[in-house]
Amino acid sequence: MTRTTQWVYGWLLLLPAAALLALFTHYPVVATAWHGLLSTPKGARPAVWVGLDNYRQLGADPIFWQALVNNTWFALWTIPASIALSLLMAVWINGRIAGRSFLRLAYFTPTILPMIAVANIWLFFYTPEYGLLEQVLGAFGAPSHNWLGSKSTALPALMVVTVWKEAGFFMIFYLAALQSMSPHLAEAAAIEGASRWYFFRRVTFPLLMPTTLFVLVNAVINAFRMVDHVVVMTRGGPDNATALLLYYIYEIGFRFWDSAYAAALTMVLLAILGLLALAQFWFLERRVHYQ
Amino acid sequence: MTHVYDTRGFARSLETTGAWLLGALWVLPLVYAFWTAFHPGEFSTRFVLSAPLTLSNFVKAWEAAPFARYFVNTILLVTMVLAAQLVLVTLAAYAFARFEFPGRKVLFALVLVQLMIMPDVLIVENYRTMAALGLKDTILAIGLPYMASAFGIFLLRQTFKTVPRELDEAARIEGCGPLAVLWKVYVPLARPVYLAYALVSVSYHWNNFLWPLVITNSVESRPLTVGLQVFASTDQGIDWSIITAATLLTTAPLLVAFLLFQRQFVQSFMRAGIR
Repeated sequence: MTRTTQWVYGWLLLLPAAALLALFTHYPVVATAWHGLLSTPKGARPAVWVGLDNYRQLGADPIFWQALVNNTWFALWTIPASIALSLLMAVWINGRIAGRSFLRLAYFTPTILPMIAVANIWLFFYTPEYGLLEQVLGAFGAPSHNWLGSKSTALPALMVVTVWKEAGFFMIFYLAALQSMSPHLAEAAAIEGASRWYFFRRVTFPLLMPTTLFVLVNAVINAFRMVDHVVVMTRGGPDNATALLLYYIYEIGFRFWDSAYAAALTMVLLAILGLLALAQFWFLERRVHYQ
Repeated sequence: MTHVYDTRGFARSLETTGAWLLGALWVLPLVYAFWTAFHPGEFSTRFVLSAPLTLSNFVKAWEAAPFARYFVNTILLVTMVLAAQLVLVTLAAYAFARFEFPGRKVLFALVLVQLMIMPDVLIVENYRTMAALGLKDTILAIGLPYMASAFGIFLLRQTFKTVPRELDEAARIEGCGPLAVLWKVYVPLARPVYLAYALVSVSYHWNNFLWPLVITNSVESRPLTVGLQVFASTDQGIDWSIITAATLLTTAPLLVAFLLFQRQFVQSFMRAGIR
Protein backbone atom coordinates (compact mmCIF):
# COMPACT_ATOMS: atom_id res chain seq x y z
CA MET A 1 0.00 0.00 0.00
CA THR A 2 1.43 3.39 -0.90
CA ARG A 3 1.83 6.15 1.62
CA THR A 4 -0.99 8.16 0.14
CA THR A 5 -3.46 5.30 0.20
CA GLN A 6 -2.48 4.70 3.83
CA TRP A 7 -3.35 8.31 4.55
CA VAL A 8 -6.64 8.17 2.71
CA TYR A 9 -7.66 4.92 4.38
CA GLY A 10 -6.70 6.21 7.81
CA TRP A 11 -8.70 9.38 7.43
CA LEU A 12 -11.71 7.71 5.86
CA LEU A 13 -11.89 5.06 8.58
CA LEU A 14 -11.72 7.75 11.20
CA LEU A 15 -14.16 10.13 9.57
CA PRO A 16 -17.52 8.93 10.97
CA ALA A 17 -16.33 8.73 14.57
CA ALA A 18 -14.36 11.97 14.28
CA ALA A 19 -17.37 13.83 12.89
CA LEU A 20 -19.61 12.75 15.77
CA LEU A 21 -16.92 13.46 18.35
CA ALA A 22 -16.36 16.90 16.89
CA LEU A 23 -20.08 17.65 16.89
CA PHE A 24 -20.90 16.40 20.39
CA THR A 25 -17.67 16.79 22.37
CA HIS A 26 -15.31 19.34 20.84
CA TYR A 27 -17.80 21.77 19.39
CA PRO A 28 -19.84 21.94 22.63
CA VAL A 29 -16.72 22.75 24.64
CA VAL A 30 -15.89 25.68 22.34
CA ALA A 31 -19.53 26.75 22.11
CA THR A 32 -19.83 26.69 25.90
CA ALA A 33 -16.90 29.08 26.17
CA TRP A 34 -18.52 31.39 23.60
CA HIS A 35 -22.05 31.28 25.01
CA GLY A 36 -20.72 32.00 28.47
CA LEU A 37 -19.72 35.45 27.19
CA LEU A 38 -23.16 36.26 25.78
CA SER A 39 -26.49 36.98 27.41
CA THR A 40 -29.38 34.52 27.38
CA PRO A 41 -31.73 35.30 24.46
CA LYS A 42 -35.20 36.09 25.76
CA GLY A 43 -38.19 36.13 23.45
CA ALA A 44 -37.50 38.57 20.63
CA ARG A 45 -34.34 39.84 22.31
CA PRO A 46 -31.30 38.07 20.80
CA ALA A 47 -28.17 37.20 22.74
CA VAL A 48 -25.75 40.11 23.08
CA TRP A 49 -22.10 40.29 24.09
CA VAL A 50 -21.80 40.77 27.85
CA GLY A 51 -18.14 39.93 28.33
CA LEU A 52 -17.46 38.54 31.77
CA ASP A 53 -20.80 39.51 33.28
CA ASN A 54 -21.90 35.88 33.66
CA TYR A 55 -18.70 35.13 35.51
CA ARG A 56 -19.18 38.17 37.77
CA GLN A 57 -22.67 36.92 38.55
CA LEU A 58 -21.13 33.54 39.28
CA GLY A 59 -18.60 34.99 41.69
CA ALA A 60 -21.42 36.67 43.60
CA ASP A 61 -23.74 33.68 43.55
CA PRO A 62 -23.82 32.00 46.98
CA ILE A 63 -25.56 28.89 45.59
CA PHE A 64 -22.75 28.37 43.09
CA TRP A 65 -20.16 28.57 45.86
CA GLN A 66 -22.18 26.24 48.00
CA ALA A 67 -22.46 23.75 45.12
CA LEU A 68 -18.71 23.94 44.65
CA VAL A 69 -18.05 23.37 48.34
CA ASN A 70 -20.62 20.56 48.47
CA ASN A 71 -19.05 18.90 45.44
CA THR A 72 -15.59 19.17 46.98
CA TRP A 73 -16.73 17.56 50.21
CA PHE A 74 -18.65 14.99 48.23
CA ALA A 75 -15.49 14.06 46.31
CA LEU A 76 -13.21 14.16 49.36
CA TRP A 77 -15.41 11.74 51.29
CA THR A 78 -16.77 9.39 48.67
CA ILE A 79 -13.55 8.80 46.74
CA PRO A 80 -11.31 7.61 49.59
CA ALA A 81 -14.18 5.76 51.24
CA SER A 82 -15.17 3.81 48.15
CA ILE A 83 -11.57 3.05 47.20
CA ALA A 84 -10.69 1.83 50.71
CA LEU A 85 -13.81 -0.30 50.91
CA SER A 86 -13.29 -1.74 47.45
CA LEU A 87 -9.73 -2.71 48.31
CA LEU A 88 -10.90 -4.36 51.52
CA MET A 89 -13.60 -6.26 49.63
CA ALA A 90 -11.10 -7.41 47.01
CA VAL A 91 -8.61 -8.60 49.62
CA TRP A 92 -11.35 -10.52 51.42
CA ILE A 93 -12.69 -12.16 48.30
CA ASN A 94 -9.22 -12.95 47.03
CA GLY A 95 -8.52 -14.81 50.29
CA ARG A 96 -10.23 -18.05 51.22
CA ILE A 97 -13.18 -16.58 53.02
CA ALA A 98 -16.30 -18.69 53.47
CA GLY A 99 -19.02 -17.96 50.90
CA ARG A 100 -16.88 -15.79 48.66
CA SER A 101 -18.96 -16.22 45.52
CA PHE A 102 -22.04 -15.00 47.37
CA LEU A 103 -20.08 -12.09 48.82
CA ARG A 104 -18.76 -11.14 45.41
CA LEU A 105 -22.30 -11.11 44.09
CA ALA A 106 -23.49 -9.04 47.05
CA TYR A 107 -20.74 -6.46 46.67
CA PHE A 108 -21.04 -6.18 42.91
CA THR A 109 -24.81 -6.11 42.38
CA PRO A 110 -25.36 -2.37 43.13
CA THR A 111 -23.01 -1.58 40.25
CA ILE A 112 -25.24 -2.87 37.49
CA LEU A 113 -28.46 -1.30 38.79
CA PRO A 114 -29.42 2.17 37.57
CA MET A 115 -28.58 4.92 40.04
CA ILE A 116 -32.09 6.27 39.57
CA ALA A 117 -33.59 2.96 40.70
CA VAL A 118 -31.35 2.46 43.71
CA ALA A 119 -31.92 6.09 44.68
CA ASN A 120 -35.64 5.36 44.84
CA ILE A 121 -34.97 2.38 47.09
CA TRP A 122 -32.69 4.41 49.35
CA LEU A 123 -35.22 7.22 49.43
CA PHE A 124 -37.64 4.81 51.03
CA PHE A 125 -34.87 3.51 53.27
CA TYR A 126 -34.30 7.03 54.62
CA THR A 127 -37.97 8.00 54.92
CA PRO A 128 -38.76 9.64 58.27
CA GLU A 129 -41.02 7.76 60.70
CA TYR A 130 -41.43 4.50 58.78
CA GLY A 131 -38.31 4.02 56.67
CA LEU A 132 -36.12 1.05 57.56
CA LEU A 133 -33.30 3.17 58.95
CA GLU A 134 -35.69 4.94 61.30
CA GLN A 135 -37.15 1.64 62.45
CA VAL A 136 -33.76 0.10 63.16
CA LEU A 137 -32.51 3.17 64.99
CA GLY A 138 -35.84 3.50 66.76
CA ALA A 139 -35.44 -0.04 68.09
CA PHE A 140 -32.26 1.14 69.79
CA GLY A 141 -34.13 4.09 71.23
CA ALA A 142 -32.61 6.74 68.96
CA PRO A 143 -34.82 9.80 68.37
CA SER A 144 -36.51 10.18 64.99
CA HIS A 145 -34.51 12.10 62.45
CA ASN A 146 -35.25 13.32 58.92
CA TRP A 147 -32.05 12.21 57.21
CA LEU A 148 -32.67 13.80 53.83
CA GLY A 149 -34.60 16.73 55.21
CA SER A 150 -32.02 18.27 57.50
CA LYS A 151 -29.07 20.28 56.28
CA SER A 152 -26.45 18.48 58.30
CA THR A 153 -27.24 14.92 57.23
CA ALA A 154 -28.62 15.22 53.67
CA LEU A 155 -25.27 15.33 51.89
CA PRO A 156 -23.71 12.53 53.98
CA ALA A 157 -26.82 10.44 53.26
CA LEU A 158 -26.19 10.86 49.54
CA MET A 159 -22.51 10.04 50.03
CA VAL A 160 -23.46 6.72 51.60
CA VAL A 161 -25.55 5.83 48.56
CA THR A 162 -22.66 6.74 46.25
CA VAL A 163 -20.12 4.65 48.14
CA TRP A 164 -22.56 1.76 48.26
CA LYS A 165 -23.04 1.99 44.51
CA GLU A 166 -19.39 2.40 43.53
CA ALA A 167 -17.32 0.23 45.86
CA GLY A 168 -18.29 -3.05 44.19
CA PHE A 169 -17.38 -1.67 40.79
CA PHE A 170 -13.90 -0.69 41.89
CA MET A 171 -13.53 -3.97 43.75
CA ILE A 172 -13.37 -6.02 40.56
CA PHE A 173 -10.40 -4.06 39.25
CA TYR A 174 -8.50 -4.69 42.48
CA LEU A 175 -9.57 -8.30 42.37
CA ALA A 176 -8.20 -8.69 38.84
CA ALA A 177 -4.90 -7.11 39.89
CA LEU A 178 -4.62 -9.25 43.02
CA GLN A 179 -5.30 -12.42 41.09
CA SER A 180 -2.56 -11.65 38.60
CA MET A 181 -0.04 -11.17 41.40
CA SER A 182 2.49 -13.97 41.83
CA PRO A 183 2.01 -16.04 45.02
CA HIS A 184 5.81 -16.36 45.23
CA LEU A 185 6.00 -12.77 46.42
CA ALA A 186 4.03 -13.61 49.54
CA GLU A 187 5.97 -16.82 50.12
CA ALA A 188 9.30 -15.02 49.84
CA ALA A 189 8.14 -12.27 52.17
CA ALA A 190 6.86 -14.79 54.70
CA ILE A 191 10.23 -16.57 54.69
CA GLU A 192 11.90 -13.23 55.35
CA GLY A 193 9.58 -12.86 58.33
CA ALA A 194 7.53 -9.91 57.09
CA SER A 195 4.25 -9.47 58.92
CA ARG A 196 1.02 -9.56 56.95
CA TRP A 197 0.42 -5.84 57.35
CA TYR A 198 4.02 -5.03 56.41
CA PHE A 199 3.70 -7.19 53.27
CA PHE A 200 0.50 -5.42 52.29
CA ARG A 201 1.93 -1.97 52.93
CA ARG A 202 5.30 -2.48 51.25
CA VAL A 203 4.57 -4.99 48.48
CA THR A 204 0.89 -5.44 47.64
CA PHE A 205 -0.19 -1.84 47.84
CA PRO A 206 2.67 -0.41 45.72
CA LEU A 207 2.08 -3.10 43.11
CA LEU A 208 -1.59 -2.13 43.02
CA MET A 209 -0.70 1.49 42.24
CA PRO A 210 -1.68 1.40 38.54
CA THR A 211 -5.06 -0.04 39.53
CA THR A 212 -5.47 2.57 42.23
CA LEU A 213 -4.75 5.30 39.73
CA PHE A 214 -7.27 3.90 37.26
CA VAL A 215 -9.90 3.61 39.96
CA LEU A 216 -9.08 7.07 41.26
CA VAL A 217 -9.58 8.68 37.86
CA ASN A 218 -12.93 6.95 37.49
CA ALA A 219 -13.98 7.92 40.99
CA VAL A 220 -13.07 11.56 40.41
CA ILE A 221 -14.96 11.76 37.12
CA ASN A 222 -17.98 10.12 38.75
CA ALA A 223 -17.89 12.55 41.66
CA PHE A 224 -18.47 15.39 39.21
CA ARG A 225 -20.68 13.55 36.73
CA MET A 226 -23.13 11.55 38.79
CA VAL A 227 -26.10 13.58 40.02
CA ASP A 228 -28.97 11.17 39.34
CA HIS A 229 -29.42 10.53 43.05
CA VAL A 230 -29.63 14.26 43.75
CA VAL A 231 -32.48 14.58 41.24
CA VAL A 232 -34.37 11.68 42.79
CA MET A 233 -33.68 12.10 46.49
CA THR A 234 -33.29 15.75 47.39
CA ARG A 235 -33.46 18.02 44.33
CA GLY A 236 -30.51 19.89 45.76
CA GLY A 237 -32.31 20.66 49.03
CA PRO A 238 -32.78 21.26 51.85
CA ASP A 239 -31.66 24.84 51.33
CA ASN A 240 -29.10 23.79 48.66
CA ALA A 241 -27.30 21.52 51.11
CA THR A 242 -27.03 18.81 48.44
CA ALA A 243 -26.62 20.95 45.34
CA LEU A 244 -23.72 19.52 43.33
CA LEU A 245 -22.17 21.41 40.43
CA LEU A 246 -23.73 19.43 37.58
CA TYR A 247 -27.08 19.42 39.35
CA TYR A 248 -26.92 23.20 39.63
CA ILE A 249 -26.10 23.41 35.91
CA TYR A 250 -29.15 21.27 35.22
CA GLU A 251 -31.34 23.51 37.37
CA ILE A 252 -30.11 26.74 35.82
CA GLY A 253 -30.19 25.35 32.29
CA PHE A 254 -33.42 23.39 32.30
CA ARG A 255 -35.58 24.72 35.10
CA PHE A 256 -34.72 28.41 34.87
CA TRP A 257 -33.70 28.18 31.18
CA ASP A 258 -30.82 30.61 31.68
CA SER A 259 -28.53 29.05 29.09
CA ALA A 260 -25.82 31.73 29.20
CA TYR A 261 -25.35 31.41 32.94
CA ALA A 262 -25.48 27.61 32.61
CA ALA A 263 -22.68 27.88 30.02
CA ALA A 264 -20.53 29.87 32.45
CA LEU A 265 -21.17 27.23 35.13
CA THR A 266 -20.30 24.46 32.68
CA MET A 267 -16.98 26.22 32.00
CA VAL A 268 -16.13 25.91 35.69
CA LEU A 269 -16.89 22.20 35.60
CA LEU A 270 -14.84 21.79 32.41
CA ALA A 271 -11.94 23.66 34.01
CA ILE A 272 -12.05 21.34 37.01
CA LEU A 273 -12.09 18.24 34.80
CA GLY A 274 -9.28 19.68 32.66
CA LEU A 275 -7.11 20.37 35.69
CA LEU A 276 -7.75 16.87 36.97
CA ALA A 277 -6.70 15.44 33.60
CA LEU A 278 -3.45 17.39 33.76
CA ALA A 279 -2.85 16.30 37.34
CA GLN A 280 -3.43 12.73 36.27
CA PHE A 281 -0.81 12.94 33.52
CA TRP A 282 1.65 14.54 35.90
CA PHE A 283 1.04 11.82 38.45
CA LEU A 284 1.29 9.09 35.83
CA GLU A 285 4.65 10.46 34.69
CA ARG A 286 6.37 10.32 38.01
CA ARG A 287 4.61 8.33 40.67
CA VAL A 288 3.13 5.15 39.38
CA HIS A 289 5.16 2.05 39.80
CA TYR A 290 4.61 -0.30 36.89
CA GLN A 291 5.77 -3.88 37.11
CA MET B 1 -3.21 -22.29 45.69
CA THR B 2 -1.77 -21.62 49.11
CA HIS B 3 -1.98 -18.28 50.73
CA VAL B 4 0.78 -17.85 53.25
CA TYR B 5 -0.88 -14.75 54.65
CA ASP B 6 -4.28 -16.35 55.21
CA THR B 7 -5.33 -15.69 58.75
CA ARG B 8 -6.13 -18.42 61.24
CA GLY B 9 -8.12 -18.87 64.41
CA PHE B 10 -9.71 -15.84 66.00
CA ALA B 11 -8.42 -13.32 63.45
CA ARG B 12 -9.90 -15.42 60.71
CA SER B 13 -13.39 -15.57 62.21
CA LEU B 14 -13.18 -11.85 62.85
CA GLU B 15 -12.46 -11.26 59.18
CA THR B 16 -15.17 -13.60 58.01
CA THR B 17 -17.65 -11.84 60.25
CA GLY B 18 -16.58 -8.47 58.90
CA ALA B 19 -16.91 -9.60 55.29
CA TRP B 20 -20.37 -11.01 55.92
CA LEU B 21 -21.54 -7.95 57.83
CA LEU B 22 -20.49 -5.78 54.92
CA GLY B 23 -22.13 -8.18 52.49
CA ALA B 24 -25.36 -8.08 54.48
CA LEU B 25 -25.23 -4.30 54.56
CA TRP B 26 -24.75 -4.30 50.78
CA VAL B 27 -27.76 -6.49 49.97
CA LEU B 28 -30.01 -5.01 52.64
CA PRO B 29 -31.53 -2.23 50.48
CA LEU B 30 -32.29 -4.75 47.74
CA VAL B 31 -33.81 -7.30 50.07
CA TYR B 32 -35.88 -4.51 51.54
CA ALA B 33 -37.04 -3.48 48.07
CA PHE B 34 -38.06 -7.05 47.26
CA TRP B 35 -39.95 -7.37 50.53
CA THR B 36 -41.89 -4.17 49.93
CA ALA B 37 -42.68 -4.94 46.30
CA PHE B 38 -43.99 -8.44 46.92
CA HIS B 39 -46.15 -7.70 49.95
CA PRO B 40 -49.35 -5.66 50.38
CA GLY B 41 -48.87 -2.01 51.31
CA GLU B 42 -49.67 -2.45 55.00
CA PHE B 43 -46.67 -4.79 55.35
CA SER B 44 -44.22 -2.53 53.54
CA THR B 45 -42.56 -1.63 56.81
CA ARG B 46 -43.79 -4.44 59.03
CA PHE B 47 -41.65 -7.49 58.80
CA VAL B 48 -43.69 -10.52 59.80
CA LEU B 49 -43.14 -13.86 58.17
CA SER B 50 -46.87 -14.48 57.86
CA ALA B 51 -47.32 -11.50 55.53
CA PRO B 52 -49.07 -12.67 52.35
CA LEU B 53 -47.17 -12.53 49.07
CA THR B 54 -48.75 -10.61 46.23
CA LEU B 55 -48.06 -9.46 42.71
CA SER B 56 -50.69 -6.75 42.79
CA ASN B 57 -48.10 -3.99 43.26
CA PHE B 58 -46.52 -4.95 39.96
CA VAL B 59 -49.89 -5.08 38.24
CA LYS B 60 -50.81 -1.65 39.61
CA ALA B 61 -47.49 -0.15 38.57
CA TRP B 62 -47.74 -1.64 35.09
CA GLU B 63 -51.24 -0.22 34.67
CA ALA B 64 -50.46 3.19 36.14
CA ALA B 65 -47.78 4.22 33.63
CA PRO B 66 -46.87 3.24 30.06
CA PHE B 67 -43.98 1.02 31.11
CA ALA B 68 -44.42 -1.21 28.06
CA ARG B 69 -43.68 1.77 25.85
CA TYR B 70 -40.72 2.78 28.05
CA PHE B 71 -39.33 -0.73 27.71
CA VAL B 72 -39.60 -0.53 23.92
CA ASN B 73 -37.88 2.86 23.97
CA THR B 74 -35.02 1.67 26.15
CA ILE B 75 -34.49 -1.47 24.09
CA LEU B 76 -34.50 0.61 20.89
CA LEU B 77 -32.06 3.03 22.48
CA VAL B 78 -29.51 0.52 23.70
CA THR B 79 -29.67 -1.48 20.45
CA MET B 80 -29.22 1.59 18.31
CA VAL B 81 -26.38 2.99 20.40
CA LEU B 82 -24.57 -0.33 20.55
CA ALA B 83 -24.90 -1.01 16.81
CA ALA B 84 -23.61 2.44 15.90
CA GLN B 85 -20.82 2.23 18.48
CA LEU B 86 -19.59 -1.14 17.23
CA VAL B 87 -19.27 0.11 13.66
CA LEU B 88 -17.77 3.54 14.40
CA VAL B 89 -15.44 2.33 17.11
CA THR B 90 -14.14 -0.59 15.03
CA LEU B 91 -13.30 1.62 12.06
CA ALA B 92 -11.62 4.30 14.15
CA ALA B 93 -9.66 1.81 16.26
CA TYR B 94 -8.44 0.08 13.10
CA ALA B 95 -7.25 3.41 11.71
CA PHE B 96 -5.35 4.24 14.90
CA ALA B 97 -3.89 0.76 15.31
CA ARG B 98 -2.71 -0.01 11.80
CA PHE B 99 -2.54 3.07 9.55
CA GLU B 100 0.06 5.79 9.28
CA PHE B 101 -1.40 9.16 8.46
CA PRO B 102 -0.58 12.76 9.28
CA GLY B 103 -2.26 14.04 12.42
CA ARG B 104 -2.69 10.60 13.95
CA LYS B 105 -1.27 11.53 17.35
CA VAL B 106 -3.19 14.78 17.61
CA LEU B 107 -6.41 13.12 16.53
CA PHE B 108 -5.94 10.34 19.06
CA ALA B 109 -5.39 12.88 21.83
CA LEU B 110 -8.56 14.65 20.68
CA VAL B 111 -10.45 11.37 20.96
CA LEU B 112 -9.17 10.81 24.48
CA VAL B 113 -10.59 14.17 25.55
CA GLN B 114 -13.97 12.45 25.69
CA LEU B 115 -12.75 10.12 28.44
CA MET B 116 -12.53 13.09 30.77
CA ILE B 117 -15.27 15.31 29.35
CA MET B 118 -18.14 12.94 28.77
CA PRO B 119 -21.35 13.99 27.04
CA ASP B 120 -23.01 13.88 30.47
CA VAL B 121 -21.48 17.23 31.43
CA LEU B 122 -22.19 18.96 28.10
CA ILE B 123 -25.97 18.77 28.39
CA VAL B 124 -26.59 22.49 27.89
CA GLU B 125 -24.78 22.81 24.54
CA ASN B 126 -25.85 19.41 23.25
CA TYR B 127 -29.46 20.35 23.98
CA ARG B 128 -28.98 23.46 21.85
CA THR B 129 -27.46 21.38 19.04
CA MET B 130 -30.30 18.86 19.12
CA ALA B 131 -32.83 21.70 18.98
CA ALA B 132 -31.03 23.15 15.96
CA LEU B 133 -31.03 19.75 14.25
CA GLY B 134 -34.73 19.34 14.99
CA LEU B 135 -34.07 16.16 16.95
CA LYS B 136 -35.37 17.21 20.37
CA ASP B 137 -37.49 14.57 22.08
CA THR B 138 -36.37 11.66 19.89
CA ILE B 139 -34.66 8.41 20.80
CA LEU B 140 -31.96 9.20 18.26
CA ALA B 141 -31.09 12.37 20.17
CA ILE B 142 -30.56 10.41 23.39
CA GLY B 143 -28.05 8.12 21.71
CA LEU B 144 -26.28 10.39 19.26
CA PRO B 145 -23.73 12.05 21.61
CA TYR B 146 -22.55 8.65 22.83
CA MET B 147 -22.14 6.86 19.52
CA ALA B 148 -18.51 7.80 18.91
CA SER B 149 -17.18 6.36 22.15
CA ALA B 150 -13.61 7.30 23.08
CA PHE B 151 -13.59 4.48 25.59
CA GLY B 152 -14.47 1.95 22.89
CA ILE B 153 -11.92 3.33 20.44
CA PHE B 154 -9.21 3.15 23.08
CA LEU B 155 -10.15 -0.36 24.16
CA LEU B 156 -10.27 -1.80 20.64
CA ARG B 157 -7.14 -0.01 19.50
CA GLN B 158 -5.25 -1.71 22.31
CA THR B 159 -6.68 -5.06 21.23
CA PHE B 160 -6.01 -4.56 17.52
CA LYS B 161 -2.40 -3.65 18.28
CA THR B 162 -1.83 -7.08 19.80
CA VAL B 163 -2.84 -8.82 16.56
CA PRO B 164 0.35 -10.16 14.90
CA ARG B 165 1.28 -8.28 11.73
CA GLU B 166 1.94 -11.62 10.00
CA LEU B 167 -1.76 -12.51 10.06
CA ASP B 168 -2.58 -9.15 8.56
CA GLU B 169 0.03 -9.57 5.81
CA ALA B 170 -0.98 -13.14 5.04
CA ALA B 171 -4.55 -12.02 4.46
CA ARG B 172 -3.34 -9.24 2.20
CA ILE B 173 -1.26 -11.63 0.11
CA GLU B 174 -4.40 -13.67 -0.40
CA GLY B 175 -5.89 -10.60 -1.98
CA CYS B 176 -7.93 -9.06 0.84
CA GLY B 177 -8.39 -5.30 0.86
CA PRO B 178 -8.05 -3.35 4.14
CA LEU B 179 -11.72 -3.70 5.03
CA ALA B 180 -11.73 -7.42 4.30
CA VAL B 181 -8.66 -7.82 6.52
CA LEU B 182 -10.46 -5.95 9.29
CA TRP B 183 -13.52 -8.16 8.95
CA LYS B 184 -11.70 -11.49 8.57
CA VAL B 185 -8.71 -11.06 10.88
CA TYR B 186 -9.15 -8.30 13.44
CA VAL B 187 -12.84 -8.52 14.31
CA PRO B 188 -12.89 -12.29 15.00
CA LEU B 189 -9.77 -12.06 17.17
CA ALA B 190 -11.30 -9.27 19.25
CA ARG B 191 -14.55 -11.12 19.98
CA PRO B 192 -14.15 -11.28 23.79
CA VAL B 193 -13.38 -7.56 23.88
CA TYR B 194 -16.49 -6.86 21.83
CA LEU B 195 -18.56 -8.87 24.29
CA ALA B 196 -17.04 -6.97 27.21
CA TYR B 197 -17.65 -3.63 25.55
CA ALA B 198 -21.21 -4.57 24.61
CA LEU B 199 -22.12 -5.51 28.18
CA VAL B 200 -20.63 -2.32 29.59
CA SER B 201 -22.32 -0.20 26.93
CA VAL B 202 -25.75 -1.80 27.33
CA SER B 203 -25.73 -1.45 31.10
CA TYR B 204 -24.50 2.15 30.84
CA HIS B 205 -27.24 3.21 28.45
CA TRP B 206 -29.95 1.19 30.15
CA ASN B 207 -29.07 3.12 33.32
CA ASN B 208 -28.32 6.55 31.88
CA PHE B 209 -30.60 9.24 33.24
CA LEU B 210 -29.68 12.94 33.21
CA TRP B 211 -29.27 13.49 29.45
CA PRO B 212 -32.42 11.49 28.56
CA LEU B 213 -34.29 13.46 31.24
CA VAL B 214 -33.24 16.72 29.61
CA ILE B 215 -33.75 15.83 25.97
CA THR B 216 -37.00 13.84 26.12
CA ASN B 217 -40.40 15.18 26.87
CA SER B 218 -42.95 12.58 25.83
CA VAL B 219 -43.99 8.99 26.40
CA GLU B 220 -42.92 8.16 22.84
CA SER B 221 -39.24 8.82 23.47
CA ARG B 222 -38.71 8.47 27.24
CA PRO B 223 -36.49 5.58 28.34
CA LEU B 224 -37.28 3.50 31.44
CA THR B 225 -35.11 5.50 33.83
CA VAL B 226 -36.85 8.77 33.01
CA GLY B 227 -40.23 7.05 32.90
CA LEU B 228 -39.61 5.64 36.36
CA GLN B 229 -38.67 9.04 37.71
CA VAL B 230 -41.72 10.72 36.21
CA PHE B 231 -43.87 7.93 37.64
CA ALA B 232 -42.32 8.03 41.10
CA SER B 233 -42.31 11.80 41.48
CA THR B 234 -45.66 12.85 40.08
CA ASP B 235 -48.18 10.11 39.44
CA GLN B 236 -47.92 8.25 42.65
CA GLY B 237 -48.00 10.23 45.85
CA ILE B 238 -46.07 8.03 48.25
CA ASP B 239 -47.34 4.52 47.74
CA TRP B 240 -43.98 2.92 48.32
CA SER B 241 -45.08 -0.61 47.51
CA ILE B 242 -46.00 0.41 43.98
CA ILE B 243 -42.93 2.60 43.48
CA THR B 244 -40.61 -0.17 44.60
CA ALA B 245 -42.43 -2.64 42.38
CA ALA B 246 -41.95 -0.28 39.43
CA THR B 247 -38.30 0.13 40.35
CA LEU B 248 -37.72 -3.61 40.34
CA LEU B 249 -39.73 -3.95 37.15
CA THR B 250 -37.54 -1.52 35.25
CA THR B 251 -34.31 -3.13 36.43
CA ALA B 252 -35.50 -6.74 36.15
CA PRO B 253 -34.08 -7.56 32.69
CA LEU B 254 -30.65 -6.26 33.63
CA LEU B 255 -30.74 -7.93 37.05
CA VAL B 256 -31.85 -11.29 35.62
CA ALA B 257 -29.24 -11.13 32.87
CA PHE B 258 -26.62 -10.31 35.47
CA LEU B 259 -27.57 -13.17 37.75
CA LEU B 260 -27.55 -15.61 34.82
CA PHE B 261 -24.29 -14.43 33.29
CA GLN B 262 -22.58 -13.25 36.44
CA ARG B 263 -19.14 -14.49 35.46
CA GLN B 264 -19.25 -12.91 32.01
CA PHE B 265 -20.42 -9.61 33.48
CA VAL B 266 -17.67 -9.45 36.07
CA GLN B 267 -15.04 -10.50 33.57
CA SER B 268 -16.30 -8.01 31.02
CA PHE B 269 -16.17 -5.12 33.43
CA MET B 270 -12.68 -6.23 34.43
CA ARG B 271 -11.52 -6.53 30.84
CA ALA B 272 -12.95 -3.14 30.01
CA GLY B 273 -11.06 -1.61 32.91
CA ILE B 274 -7.63 -3.05 32.33
CA ARG B 275 -6.05 -1.04 29.61
